[in-house]
Parts: sequence; C-alpha cells; structure tokens
Amino acid sequence: MRGELAKAFQLTGTQVFRHAVTPKSYADRLGRKLFLALLTIQGLGAFALITLGVMIKKFSVARSVVQPQVRAEISRSGSALMPLFIFVALALGFVVVGQAVSALARLGQTNYLGSTMVIVIVRELGPLLTAMLVLARVGTANVIELGTARALGEVEALEALGIDPVHYLIVPRVIGMALGIFSLTIYLILGALASGYLFAFLQDVPLTPGDYLKQITGALNWLDFALLALKTVTFGFFIAIVTCYHGLAQPLRLEDVARVAVRAVTQGVVVCVLIDAIFIILYLVT
Amino acid sequence: MNETTFNPAVIEMLGADITALRDASFTVVENVEWTVQPGEFWVVAGQQHSGKIHLLLHAAGLMMPARGMCRLFGCDTREFDEEQIAERLRVGIVFADGRLFNQLSIAENVALPLRYHKNLAEAEAARAVELLLELLELTPFANSTPGSLASSWRQRAALARALVLKPELLLLDNPLGGLGVRPRQWLLKFLEQLATGHEFFGGCPMTIVVTTDDLRAWQHPKRKFAVLHEGNFSGLGAWNGEDFARSPAVKELLAEPVETNL
Repeated sequence: MRGELAKAFQLTGTQVFRHAVTPKSYADRLGRKLFLALLTIQGLGAFALITLGVMIKKFSVARSVVQPQVRAEISRSGSALMPLFIFVALALGFVVVGQAVSALARLGQTNYLGSTMVIVIVRELGPLLTAMLVLARVGTANVIELGTARALGEVEALEALGIDPVHYLIVPRVIGMALGIFSLTIYLILGALASGYLFAFLQDVPLTPGDYLKQITGALNWLDFALLALKTVTFGFFIAIVTCYHGLAQPLRLEDVARVAVRAVTQGVVVCVLIDAIFIILYLVT
Repeated sequence: MNETTFNPAVIEMLGADITALRDASFTVVENVEWTVQPGEFWVVAGQQHSGKIHLLLHAAGLMMPARGMCRLFGCDTREFDEEQIAERLRVGIVFADGRLFNQLSIAENVALPLRYHKNLAEAEAARAVELLLELLELTPFANSTPGSLASSWRQRAALARALVLKPELLLLDNPLGGLGVRPRQWLLKFLEQLATGHEFFGGCPMTIVVTTDDLRAWQHPKRKFAVLHEGNFSGLGAWNGEDFARSPAVKELLAEPVETNL
C-alpha cells in the first residue's frame, strides 16, 4: 500500500525538482517548469489509475465502512451545497438567461432561444460553473484535510492498521464528487432556465412558458444528455484526483499544506478548462 | 497463536539496512541482526533520531529494508501484498504521538480497524469496543475527539486501537515519552499484564517491542534489550545489572535527564 501511494509521486521525481535550486537563465527556468508540468501529469495519471484500480479491486471490501463515507462525501459535495447553488442558479438565470431571452425577443429571434440556451447553459456554463464552485468549496477542503492528515502521520497510522488509504480516503471522495457535481449541474441548469424565464416574464417578453419549454426541448438531443452526464462525472473524478493527489500522495509538513492547497486549486482549474475543451471538440465532431 | 508445531520467530532481521521514512535512499541503521521469539518483551533503546520508529516500521512490514531480509511470523516482508494482510493484522503499532484520526471520536477510532477488516456495522462493533475502552479506562472519553484530550489519554486510545484486533505482536514507539507518573505506572503495569498473558486477549503472552530514549523505567530481568547507537544495532540480551550498564551507549540512556536534576 505504501508503495502504491508513493508510486504516483515519488517515482516521478517531482519532489526532487520542486526542491532544486532555481536556474539562472530564463530558458532553463522554462524548461524546468515544463518538465515539472510533465512530471505532474505523469503523477496525476498514475494516481488516477491506482484509484480506479483500487475502486474496482476493492469494490466489495469493507462496505460497512466505505459506504457511509461515500454517502457523507455525496452529501458534502452535493446536497450540502444546495443553498449556494440555488442562489447561483437564480443569479445565473437573471444575469445570463433573462438578458439573452429579452435581447432575442427584442430582435424577434426567439426561434434561436432553444439552441442558445442549450449551448450556453446546458453544455457550457452549467457544468463548468458547478465544477469550479465544487472545486473551491470542497476541493480546497479535501487538500487541507488530507494534507493535514498526511503531515500528522495519520496515513502511516492507517497503513499500520492494514487499511488502504486510497480505499478509505480517496475512493469515497472521488465517487462523492463525481455524483455531487452531476446532480448539482442538473439542479443548476433547471434553476437557471426557470429563473431566466421569470426574469424575461417580468420584463414583459412576449413568450409563453410552453413556447419557451418547446424551444429548449427541441434544441436538446440524446447526445446532450449523455455528454452532460459524462462531462460532469469526468469533472468530479479529476477534481477529486487533483486535490487528493496533492493532499495525500506526497510527503508533507504542516507548513506545506497552504501552499499545496493553492497549487491544487490552480491545477484543478486548468484541468477543468482542459476537460471542457475536449468536450467542445466532442460536441463539434458529433 | 499458531497451533502448528513449528513456531517461527515473530521478527527476524538478517543483515537488514533500515531506511528513513521520508527518504528511502538514506540508511538510518545498518546491518541489523535481530530475532524476536514469541512471548518475548524487547526494549530497544536509542537517543532521539537514532532510527527507532524506522526499525519498528520495518519490523511491522510497513517498510522494506534496503539490503538484507526482514521476516514477520516467518514471511519475508518484501513479498507482502494485499494477500498477506492477515499477517499484518497480527501486529499492533502504537506511535509515539498516538496518530489518532482527528475527525473521528475515540470510540470510532478504536472501532475503525475492527469494522474495516471484519466488515461490521457501527452497532456491531460497538460492544467489542465498549469492553476494550472499559479495560483501558477510556469509557468517559468514548465520544470525545482526540483533539480535546490530554496526550496521555490520546496515547492510551492509540493503544486501544492497536489492541482491538487482538494482535500477537505489539510494537510501541516511545510509549512513556511525555507521560506523567501515574499514566506511566499504569502503562508499565498494563504492558506487563499483556506480556504475561491478559485474559481479555485470550491469556496468551503477547510479544512486545518498545522503543525508548530512557532505559531507567524498563529495567526488568525478564525483558531483553537492544541499543541503537551511531547507526548500529546491538542486541544485548537480558538485563544483567551493572555489567550491562558499562557500555557507554547504555550509560547515556540510563543517565538522568538534565531537567530532572534541575
């Protein structure tokens, strides 16, 4: 277990490069940054594969302990964030959807309403905004919790008890975050579309709720549902992997935790944008 | 205990190089030759940073020696994998600072290994934990979190967690460090009971290895001693009074700390 956990970080030599003396020339610095980025990608990839492996291999191990952990993580990354998401959905509806509806109505282009809403809210803004908010609220907490546990030697204590830290600490977070982001995205999209119409209605836009609904359902196809599910689960999986990797897979001291949390959130944002770009290509191709 | 006629040594190190936890390329103790037989009580003494915890982690099969061999209950620790988890569960470790899980209560901390390895629901594990907490006088703190307890109680809770699976080998890293007089006396008495066979744990003598940086409290004719000094491991055997104390390394570990003199 110790070997597995260390593999993702120590074998890549990331630590050596982080603590090396800063090179003097800009080219060397850039080279080191690039090399470090590649090593981080390698480490993250290895960590993701280890987590997937543990998830499959230990599916039926210690379910009485892991299942409550998974439920707690779903609650933390999902239902506990509902008040925030209701507020964001209302704001998003008023700011983006409502304005778009009234602008399109003024131009007499309400027939483009459905496709505009689907592209802006369902495909892009809904999943990405949810991922960013969960990264900020729960991802940061993940790094701090796991980093502190690592610095205080709790991971060694788990290993000494014969408990696989990846199984006990990472797997519930990955499942919880993937399902949490999926559910919250659905609520955010529904809330934004509903509040958007409400905003347009208050502005006397000549559009009946039936027409509004027909426009949106007409612009949606089965691929939107499939890709939305895949995209949100991918966001959740990778946010959990990035934050847990930085919190757990590397030897930490207490003073390192804050710095590592910042690094994890930054990398989380980059990963989300990259995933989003991949899905844009997928939408364009299909 | 094994019912087989051949009873292998509990711990066997043959020319093992002990490496550091944070840097596996750094050897802390070289060429360790050490055999711990079932039922023995070993005291491994050494100054701070002499590699005591690293030795325990190697002995428990949680780290591999850089060179040489380490066997636990006759199994080579280099071959340890998920399949050998049963061997690992025969070992209980108590870290110097307890290392309890801060998010869990004391009862949950103690129940965790039991629930994880035996797949028990919370209520099922509760009874077994309750008895153990009672034995270690921890019942009043069952629902407290580790952060709200004094270090001596945290240490005792860590001992309870290590004992919940009824291990055959108990490894304790500097268990008397930072303890007051009463908790010290209680722990020494309790460990002696475990070493002679406590009825709660089936009455079989438990094999115990403790590390310390102060030998004075551990002197006992039935215990065996080893010293870690300048990167070397010396097995000294049973306590033999003044002859034993002539070794300069032992003399240092028997000396009264400066703050006591003050």
